[in-house]
Amino acid sequence: MHPLRRRRLAFLIAVLTALGLATGLILVALEENLQHFYSPTDVESGKAPSDRRFRLGGVVAEGSLARAPEGLGVRFAVTDRFRTIEVHYQGILPDLFREGQSVIAVGRLEGERFRADQVLAKHDENYVPKEVAEAIARARQLKEAEDATP
Amino acid sequence: MKHWLASFHRLASPPIFFRLAGRIMPWSLALAILSGGIGLVWGLVYAPADYLQGESVRILYIHVPAAWMSLAIWAFMAFAAIAALVWRTKVAETLAMAAAPIGACFTAITLLTGSLWGRPTWGTYWVWDARLTSELILLFLYLGVIGLYRTIEDPRRAARAASVLILVGLVNLPIIRYSVEWWSTLHQPASIRLSGSSIHPQMLWPLLVMALATKFYFLWAVLARARMMLAENESNKQWVRDLWREGRL
Repeated sequence: MHPLRRRRLAFLIAVLTALGLATGLILVALEENLQHFYSPTDVESGKAPSDRRFRLGGVVAEGSLARAPEGLGVRFAVTDRFRTIEVHYQGILPDLFREGQSVIAVGRLEGERFRADQVLAKHDENYVPKEVAEAIARARQLKEAEDATP
Repeated sequence: MKHWLASFHRLASPPIFFRLAGRIMPWSLALAILSGGIGLVWGLVYAPADYLQGESVRILYIHVPAAWMSLAIWAFMAFAAIAALVWRTKVAETLAMAAAPIGACFTAITLLTGSLWGRPTWGTYWVWDARLTSELILLFLYLGVIGLYRTIEDPRRAARAASVLILVGLVNLPIIRYSVEWWSTLHQPASIRLSGSSIHPQMLWPLLVMALATKFYFLWAVLARARMMLAENESNKQWVRDLWREGRL
C-alpha cells in the first residue's frame, strides 16, 4: 500500500477507535438514564423517584386483575418475581393486556401503591401462529386431564 | 491474488464501473420484483395471524426488513467512506453518497411502520426508549449526510466531508443493535439470533424472502443512482461524451 494511504488508514482507524471508546464511556456513564423503566425491586430499594412520574415495568401477576364494578377503573399487581407493587389505573387497557403479560405503567407512587395514567403492553420476541398456539394450549389441557385421572 | 486486486482496482475506474453496474442492474431489479412480489403476497395474505397480535403482525414483513436495511446501508456507506477517504476514488465517494437517500427512506419506513404496529400492540405510537430513539437519531444522521453533501459545491470535497460524518455515525449502529439488550426498553429483543429464531417457521420464511427482496432492491437502486451521479460529475470527460454520442446515456 502507498505510504500516504497507509497513513490515512491508520489515522482513520485511530479516530474510529477513540470515537468508539468515548461513546462507550458516555453510555456507561448514562446507564441509569437510558433505562426505560424501573422494576418493582428498583422501586422497593428506592431507586425510583418518589416525587415525580416514572415508568414501572414488570409482569401482571396471575389472578391479581380486578375491575371496578362501574367505570373503567382497574387494579392489578406488577411483579418481577421478587417484589410486587399494586397498580391503580383508570382508562382503556391495550389489547395485549392480560395476566402474565409484560406491561409498562406510567405514573407516580402514592405511598405503597402506584397510580398509573398510562398502561402500555410490552410484546416479547415470540411470534406464533394462532392455530399453533391453540394446538399447544389444547395439548397442555389434554396432558393436565390425563395427569388428573389416575 | 494479484489478478483479483487488479480487477478491484479497475472497478475504481468510472467508465468500467458504469458499464458493469449497467449489466448488474436489470438482474437485481428482476430478482427484487420477483422476491418482493412473492414475499409480500406470502406475508400479507398467506402467512398466519399471530396468537397475540392478530393481523397486525403482518406489519413485521415490512418493518423488520426495512429496519435491517437501515443498518446495513449505513454499514455499506461506512465501507465506501473508508475507501473514499483512504484511496480517494470517485466510485467509492459516489457509492457512499448514492446510498444515503435510500437508507434514509428505509429508516423512515422502519419508524413509520413501527409506529403503526405500536399503536394496537403496545397502546402507543411512540415512546422515548433506547431502541426507538437511536433509530430516530439514525434518520437524522442520514439527513445530515445528504444535507452536508448538498451544501458543499465541489462534489468531491462534499463527498469526503460527508464520509467523515458517516464514520462518526458508525458508533450508532451497535447502539441500535444492542439497545434492547443493554437497557430495559419497550421494544422487544431480537427474535432472530445466531442460535435460532423465536419466530414460527410459517412466519419466518416470508420474512426472509422480504429481507432478500430489499437487498436486491438496494443493489439496483444504489447502482442506478451511482451511475447517474458519476455521469453527471464527469460530464466533461471523454467517456461520458462517447456514451452520450452513442445514445447509451
